[in-house]
Amino acid sequence: MMDSMAKAERKDWIEGARVMLPLLPGAVPFGMIAGVVASNAGLDALAGIGQSIVVFAGAAQLASTQLIADAAPVLVVILTGLVINLRFAMYSAAMAGHLSALPRGRRWLVAYLMTDQSYALSILRYAARPEMGLPAKFAFYMGGAIPMWAVWLAATAAGYFLGNRIPASWSLDFFVPLSFLALIVPSIADRANATAALTGGAVAVIAWSLPFNLGLFLAALAGIAAGYAVERLFPAQGEPK
Amino acid sequence: MDKQTVWLAIIAIGIGTFALRASFIELGGRFALPAPVTRALRFLPAAVLSAIILPAILRGTEGGLNFGIDNPRLIAGFAAALVAWKTKSVLATLAAGMGTLWAMQALI
Repeated sequence: MMDSMAKAERKDWIEGARVMLPLLPGAVPFGMIAGVVASNAGLDALAGIGQSIVVFAGAAQLASTQLIADAAPVLVVILTGLVINLRFAMYSAAMAGHLSALPRGRRWLVAYLMTDQSYALSILRYAARPEMGLPAKFAFYMGGAIPMWAVWLAATAAGYFLGNRIPASWSLDFFVPLSFLALIVPSIADRANATAALTGGAVAVIAWSLPFNLGLFLAALAGIAAGYAVERLFPAQGEPK
Repeated sequence: MDKQTVWLAIIAIGIGTFALRASFIELGGRFALPAPVTRALRFLPAAVLSAIILPAILRGTEGGLNFGIDNPRLIAGFAAALVAWKTKSVLATLAAGMGTLWAMQALI
């Protein structure tokens, strides 16, 4: 690789890290909670921390660990994690136009390291700088994605060992709904998302006694349908584009 | 859940999540999600997360749902939601929720 090119890439790499920096502290409490909940659910250190490497997706890890603690059937645990992660297919579709031409190893790195934060920062940057080439786009993405991965892993490990020392009577499993509240409440600023949240929550409560976590899947479908309907009926507010 | 089953779940979610993340990037931009699907997926986080939150804060001590004000989780969840809405701060939300829960548990 030419030296000048490597130097330019390094600049994009550092720039990617720089814009990610303010978002890293926000991942720390979630990572720690994922670790705490894993240890309280009885997972050994390898599984409790290893899932941050294998899955590397906070909300799915929290929800599936909670289901493991509740002794849900394994298929329910898997499907719940995957439903929460369906949004990554949407991110993948948005990133494809920018990064599909990378060699396979790099494409897979991009896919593995994809988070809400790395997706959002990169897609905004690519739109703002149409002159960016493929190496620059990759470097910018990786510059932010790798620190996020490292912080997530370190925070989960710290949480796991901390959680081991805290008795179950402290109700640390309550951190799971609290984390989700902290994520979701600030993001439901528009009417369509608020409707999706209220509908999803209400259906989940009504269908609570259904087996196999069916209530969750019904709630997801109903919430999405309700949000979509509100957006179609009242397009003036909360329109994404 | 035994060790093997836990790992089965972790690996299956890991592979499935990787497949979702890689999906359209691997398709080389030849296929795109239809616009209605993209718009519908936008509501997935709000719908799913709230479907996890509500039953979790309504869960009573006897296994059923408890809508009463004697349910510490319900009061604590309400306090946390209020703080999340007002401050948009993750740490403040966690502190308000756990603080209220512990205070209620100490009182009841």
